[in-house]
Amino acid sequence: MTHMLEMHQVSKIHGAGLTQVHALKEVDLSVDRGEMVAIMGPSGSGKSTLLTIAGSLEDATEGEVLIDGAAVSAMSRDERARMRRRSIGYVFQDFNLLAGLTAAENVSLPLELDGVTAGPARAAGLEALATLGLADRASAFPDDLSGGEQQRVAIARAIVGHRRLLLADEPSGALDSANGEAVMRLLRDACKRGMAGVVVTHDSKLAAWADRVLFLRDGRMVDQTTTPRGPESLLDERVDL
Amino acid sequence: MSVRHALLALLSEEPKYGLRLQREFEERTGEVWPLNVGQVYTTLQRLERDGLVASDGAGGAQKAFTITSAGRAELVDWLRTPPPSKIPPRDELVIKVLVAVTVPGVDVRDVIQEHRRHLVETMQTFTRLKAESSPDDVALALVIDAELFRLEGVVRWLDAADPRLGGLNAAPDSVEVPQPAHPDAEARR
Repeated sequence: MTHMLEMHQVSKIHGAGLTQVHALKEVDLSVDRGEMVAIMGPSGSGKSTLLTIAGSLEDATEGEVLIDGAAVSAMSRDERARMRRRSIGYVFQDFNLLAGLTAAENVSLPLELDGVTAGPARAAGLEALATLGLADRASAFPDDLSGGEQQRVAIARAIVGHRRLLLADEPSGALDSANGEAVMRLLRDACKRGMAGVVVTHDSKLAAWADRVLFLRDGRMVDQTTTPRGPESLLDERVDL
Repeated sequence: MSVRHALLALLSEEPKYGLRLQREFEERTGEVWPLNVGQVYTTLQRLERDGLVASDGAGGAQKAFTITSAGRAELVDWLRTPPPSKIPPRDELVIKVLVAVTVPGVDVRDVIQEHRRHLVETMQTFTRLKAESSPDDVALALVIDAELFRLEGVVRWLDAADPRLGGLNAAPDSVEVPQPAHPDAEARR
């Protein structure tokens, strides 16, 4: 089966000569549909670079990135832009909603940019908002929404249409604990419905929502979790009455 | 968690039989703490001896227990007494990391990563349990959150230790590992 996202021996070097920085070193990663992967690591470990390369917003210096089996390096600029608009949803820490558009307009915008006519784009946008429990906030402007609601609108924008790859960079970094958890539940649900998800975070409580957690250190993938154990494994250690 | 005070709390609502106390204890602790009925009766006997509960004099499983006013006072006192929050005298993980710094040939950052991974795996198991449990099960959610915040604290301690140790034996080959003396090598000298 083709992985939704594959990265083979991806390296990224910023600058040149004495000032060059190896942001990523020979990273391998594959993510399947229905799977959510979290990338953990301290600031400067290369987490965000990995995400921008996975989302084809930036090129790798070496190595190869395949999205749904297609090599990004073999695509023309237009093909790449189209693939980004149609297949990839991004969620950022600071929501990145357009202040002059309503929640529904923010969500349907990527579809309209891709040539979908206003009616069907709006219908798909409302459907995505309803999935995230925001049907009654469709006409609200970002300034009238709480932080948690704004991030849910941003997630609706990331899953609208037939997007297959969901990329999130510290998606709950600006939210309190309860809203952060709600965001992770929604991202997990979107992956369970068939998207492939990559979430970058330094927060272990959020990373723990993922099926797999990978650890970056100094640009290298140094470790990853094994398949989560069942809840019975908790009892062995914890019963101490 | 004290079974004694949990039973007093359950009895503060109304008089109950031993079997019902066992069932309710497990329900309210999110079924994370199984409790056998023998423990319930032993604890009830001690509470009765101390005058914190009274029984109606019936025999065996038919015996109903009631909290006394001394029992209520004890319960309220316990709820308001802060649990010990001093640093455990010997936190095994702290000791392992401290020792790893000094052992030649061991990269302390690898040791830290092993423990970080193990902690995150445990957090994944708790999170999965939370994700799959009913939103109405408040007791279970509270118990799981307590564990997740505790484990997160330990991970954050490891995260903070990592850069502190950056200048130490970060590169495995920068440490000279004493090799066991080899008879042939000795002979060649």
